[in-house]
Amino acid sequence: MTAHFNEMYQNGAVRAPYARLEGWTKAMPAELRHLKQAEAEALFRRIGITFAVYGEGGDPDRLIPFDMFPRVFTAQEWARLERGIKQRARALNAFLVDVYGRGEIVRSGRIPARLVYQNDAYEKAVVGFVPPKGVYSHIVGIDLVRTGPEDFFVLEDNCRTPSGVSYMLENREIMMRMFPDLFRENRIEPVDRYPEILRRTLASVAPQKCRHDPVVVILTPGHFNSAYYEHSFLADMMGVELVEGQDLFVQGEYVYMRTTEGPKRVDVIYRRIDDAFIDPLCFRPDSMLGIPGLMDVYRSGGVSICSAPGAGVADDKAVYTYVPEMIRFYLGEEPLLMNVPTWKCAEADDLAYVLDKLGDLVVKEVHGSGGYGMLIGPTSSAAEIETFRGRILADPGNYIAQPTLALSTTPTFVEQGIAPRHVDLRPYCLVGERIELVPGGLTRVALKEGSLVVNSSQGGGVKDTWVLAE
Amino acid sequence: MLLMVDHVTRYVYDRPVRRVVQSHRLTPSRFDGQKTLDWTITVTDGVAGGSFRDGAGDLLQGWTVPGPVSEIEVRVTGRVETRDLVGVLRGHRELVMPDCYLNDTPSTRADMAIIALADLATGAANPLSSAHILSDAVAEAIAYRPGATKAQTTAAEALALGEGVCQDHAHVLIAAARHIGLPARYVSGYLLVTDENSEAAHAWAELHVAGLGWVGFDPANACCPDDRYIRLGSGLDAQDAAPIRGVSRGVGQESLDVKVAVLSEQQ
Repeated sequence: MTAHFNEMYQNGAVRAPYARLEGWTKAMPAELRHLKQAEAEALFRRIGITFAVYGEGGDPDRLIPFDMFPRVFTAQEWARLERGIKQRARALNAFLVDVYGRGEIVRSGRIPARLVYQNDAYEKAVVGFVPPKGVYSHIVGIDLVRTGPEDFFVLEDNCRTPSGVSYMLENREIMMRMFPDLFRENRIEPVDRYPEILRRTLASVAPQKCRHDPVVVILTPGHFNSAYYEHSFLADMMGVELVEGQDLFVQGEYVYMRTTEGPKRVDVIYRRIDDAFIDPLCFRPDSMLGIPGLMDVYRSGGVSICSAPGAGVADDKAVYTYVPEMIRFYLGEEPLLMNVPTWKCAEADDLAYVLDKLGDLVVKEVHGSGGYGMLIGPTSSAAEIETFRGRILADPGNYIAQPTLALSTTPTFVEQGIAPRHVDLRPYCLVGERIELVPGGLTRVALKEGSLVVNSSQGGGVKDTWVLAE
Repeated sequence: MLLMVDHVTRYVYDRPVRRVVQSHRLTPSRFDGQKTLDWTITVTDGVAGGSFRDGAGDLLQGWTVPGPVSEIEVRVTGRVETRDLVGVLRGHRELVMPDCYLNDTPSTRADMAIIALADLATGAANPLSSAHILSDAVAEAIAYRPGATKAQTTAAEALALGEGVCQDHAHVLIAAARHIGLPARYVSGYLLVTDENSEAAHAWAELHVAGLGWVGFDPANACCPDDRYIRLGSGLDAQDAAPIRGVSRGVGQESLDVKVAVLSEQQ
């Protein structure tokens, strides 16, 4: 059994950021805790924040479990993370501008051409087009795990449309309503500026042709989408329209939105729809979700699309292994956040090692997300491992493997009281004219004892994430 | 040679439609083999969108027709001066890396028969001779027969059938070339034809040969493009390279009539 770093207790003592929380839990008898937990659940139900879980059956509108025990970072810890996250977001965007331009990083031999140009997420259609301000990925969600007081690792980057930020905001809102005293006793950095910064970020990348206050919209695939709540929540918080494909149309050089007062020009589309579906005239012709002609307007500078089509090539799990190299190449800096050591099954030596150590490793699909299509060696049966071995052998290039990390734990309310559970962290870095990060993020917690899978689609829960003021 | 083009595409709807949106790749490429003297595109009641040159060097232009309309005519007329470069696409400016054209698509996926055809190039002296071997093999394997295949027919289906049109020849050649690691793409354009059974709206393939760059191969005519050809644009397959892609809103059934005339004029 590996020793896991407990973020609250170290050598029997309470670590500084959690100092004021010990008294809080001691003063909370079990009955009160149950009452509060029920209250939190009722609040989440009332505001309607639910998360549909793919492929698991049951209630699609089921609540994502909320744990009331906050996760806490000191100002110093956060300052370090912030620098590392911003550095990564800059490098990822520089990479995207490069690979859709001259491809210097490929020419210099630092990343294999195949990985970029034969990547499913690489969009030939946008080669040579530089989006406003040179930004492809406007919302970069970086998944981090912690293994020690000073040790953070990046698990993966999400450059397309990372979801979950509505939980960051709602978790805080609910904690403040239920435990106002906690927020008086602790000096906690606010996160509620996020929607305003997001709106400003999106407006800052309006196309050059836009000479007025930019009109921003959120484009959703519709209410059947698992993140629909988040789409409508963000539209609400930002004060912008939430639209579906059929609400927008192309005419001449621009995109317009149907409104009761007639067509209104749209300048920036924050889309929560995959590239393949946004324009049947450029990508999948059978798409009913998109806007015909959108890509022609986009590429001739009539509208901005966030994230920019093609951004996905930067967050592919095989490309991930090269992010430290991108940081050195584009920024001339050393990476501040470490990558998890990764074996690429596409490479013969790595493949041999992975097949030999399957029982110890985590194996993931290069394009997988949401915790599906992965093998966690140490918690899998021999039969599961053998089945997975067959899948890797059938298509090695589709898999990467990583060691099972000793993820940190934070105290979490469980049936019996309080117990350590494993957590990760997804902060949301905003990239436009400026790069900004609100102090906080989404902490996901694996509620099952010993489990390392925090994905909400696999039964993980969420916590409020605090950054203490200096 | 001086070629004159008159290309009319007429869309007739049995009930009026609204919001017709099209994306055109209908302007001759810029390279040493052709020089556009004049070129005009008109769309009935159309509003021109922004135009731009994409990374593959093609000029794209969006059009919208607010409607309601029952008929739309897209007419392309112009004159292009061409030179025979024996298929080599010399002087063409583009940014897309050749490796992008190793990716297959549903209509250019290789099956066992295509792989067997591609294997004919094993042992070829160099990539250029591989390309010639494959192009000849495709010309041999698929007889020209209009109406034998549809727009959706895949490379594998066309080869199994042994008959097809230029689109099928190009798809099979592309699938085979990619299988042996040669980047390959679909090219749409016009061809000066002399016999009335042939189509002036034409398509062929380009294969990327190290040292030479992109080289055109037209298995349908068992040759490389020369001064009878006008190149418009390229893509991973016929759909990706289509000169016109469009949709409309409404329940009207669309019928399509295309007339293309390419004539040569003595200079």
